[in-house]
Amino acid sequence: MKPLFRTLIILALVTMGACKQNSSYYADSGVNGENIKTDGTTQVMDLVAPPFVPAAVGERSAKKLIVTLEILEKVGELADGTQYNFWTFNGTVPGTFIRARVGDEIELHLKNNENNNLPHNIDLHAVNGPGGGAEASFVSPGKEGSFTFKALNPGLYVYHCATAPVGMHIANGMYGLILIEPEGGLPKVDKEFYIMQGDFYTKGKFGEKGLQEFDIDKAIDEHPEYVVFNGNTGSLLGDNELLVKTGETVRIFFGNGGPNLTSSLHLIGEIFDRVYVEGGTSITKNIQTTSVPAGGAVIAEFKADVPGEYVLVDHAIFRAFHKGALGKIKVTGEENSNVFKKNEPIKNAL
Amino acid sequence: MKKILSISFAIISITVLTSCYNRVSVAVKEVQTVTPQSLSPVKSEKKMISIDGGSYMGFLGKDSGRVVQVKSFQIDESPVTNSEFLEFLKKNPQWTRSQVSGLYADDAYLHNWEGDYEIPKDAKPESPVTNISWFAAEAYAKSVGKRLPTIDEWEYAALADENSKDASGKPEFTQYILNSYQKKGMYREAIKQQKPNYYGLYDLYGMVWEWTEDFNSVMISGESRNDSSKNESLFCSGAAVTTSDLTNYAAFMRYAMRGSLKADYSVNNLGFRCAKDL
Repeated sequence: MKPLFRTLIILALVTMGACKQNSSYYADSGVNGENIKTDGTTQVMDLVAPPFVPAAVGERSAKKLIVTLEILEKVGELADGTQYNFWTFNGTVPGTFIRARVGDEIELHLKNNENNNLPHNIDLHAVNGPGGGAEASFVSPGKEGSFTFKALNPGLYVYHCATAPVGMHIANGMYGLILIEPEGGLPKVDKEFYIMQGDFYTKGKFGEKGLQEFDIDKAIDEHPEYVVFNGNTGSLLGDNELLVKTGETVRIFFGNGGPNLTSSLHLIGEIFDRVYVEGGTSITKNIQTTSVPAGGAVIAEFKADVPGEYVLVDHAIFRAFHKGALGKIKVTGEENSNVFKKNEPIKNAL
Repeated sequence: MKKILSISFAIISITVLTSCYNRVSVAVKEVQTVTPQSLSPVKSEKKMISIDGGSYMGFLGKDSGRVVQVKSFQIDESPVTNSEFLEFLKKNPQWTRSQVSGLYADDAYLHNWEGDYEIPKDAKPESPVTNISWFAAEAYAKSVGKRLPTIDEWEYAALADENSKDASGKPEFTQYILNSYQKKGMYREAIKQQKPNYYGLYDLYGMVWEWTEDFNSVMISGESRNDSSKNESLFCSGAAVTTSDLTNYAAFMRYAMRGSLKADYSVNNLGFRCAKDL
């Protein structure tokens, strides 16, 4: 009797241990999105152009979310006096920011404008499914494709076109970000901005005026002429500077469309208090410069302490000053001499 | 008795079988009259060019990396125009926008024409006809005693630039083609405005995409069962593994365009030209 009893207990413990291991897969990553039920309602997502984002999901329950993206091939400004044939999602580089929460059923509609020359599709890194949706959304000009996916993992993800030749489609600006907020939403902040870095490969050198052609050799050799934020050297400069007040908390949703380069993201004059590592769920604190791989993203947060101009750069510094990887955040408000104070000039001891 | 029975059984079964056969063949005939197989012939004045056969490197799919043999053939010197297609419609009204069967054309078929027999306002009679389905292109070709070119024939004839039969090794040629693919609205222009290629063919680039006989072979491997060793698709990594020339972005774009089409599709910048066996 006794040995049998012992065996049974051991067996029971082993089985319980195995069960525990199964549930701990999801416990580690935070949640099993598949088990989250939607509340039965449908919502059409607001389309907001970069560098701004739709409203936070907050406490809302999971829903069916309808997102429509229209692909537009259009000539736009890459730099002052320099034009480029951009291929875009909803007419902007990067494409519209998609915002949802874990457990949402996202019905994605992809339209290929009838005046476009080429077929396109979309691959969202937030999708668990073949090609990230690429096969299901492959459309000729004038057609519309659609697929529905459940957001299983929270995080900030890249989306991009995946039609051959993929490198060229991405190099021409076909990328954007999709945020899947966790249950209850991200903690509230005062300002949120959406910025994506991209490298551009033109026949003409940096600054050459006129319509520039895509240069396939430079792209393969990974020698861009332009490295810019939001598709234009001036997208976050001058009148387009991002405006923040002292005391405000700021969250930057930063993505790297590539196609080739990794970004060394740094905000001159500030430290990122919180960084969601690689756009996932781990939070690292007190970061000066964070690495954002091509096809990756990061969420970086800071508090504006002192008024002034703060420069967002790719700290691979020649890119910032010679290729356009530069943007500005203007902080206005009360001086804060506790945090920063310029001192009186020190007289020379002669 | 047995003999009579077996003979009569044989007679009865033969009668039954032949009558069944008759009924079946009648049914087939009925189906045939429903489909627009009956085409009134149309005379085409379009010049055709003879292309000597040869070989080239297959770009994608089962032929990738293999030398493809192309037999000598004839091909139209330019895309079929609005006025040529109008001639066809006048003789074959079953292919006009109001009469075409939904099986053979989608909602966008000739959607920019002003009427059944009126070409688009913003295009010319000598512009390439577009917004026609593959079925319509096939029907036109048949009516003029021709056919659609195969992908191999089209790609082979398109290897040529102005001065040579095969410019595939020249990066400037690929760049030229890439740029031509970005020009918008070229389907509104008249054909034969640009210089012809080595063979005397006009507008293979920079005007419209062109239907081919076997356009959908791009997405199908030669193997009807799933070939697990190669990913034949054009998405993301697939093409990187199965193409013979990774820098031929112009070819990538053509094959991607073909792969996105269905036979009933009408697209603003998709036309066709005809071919013929020699």
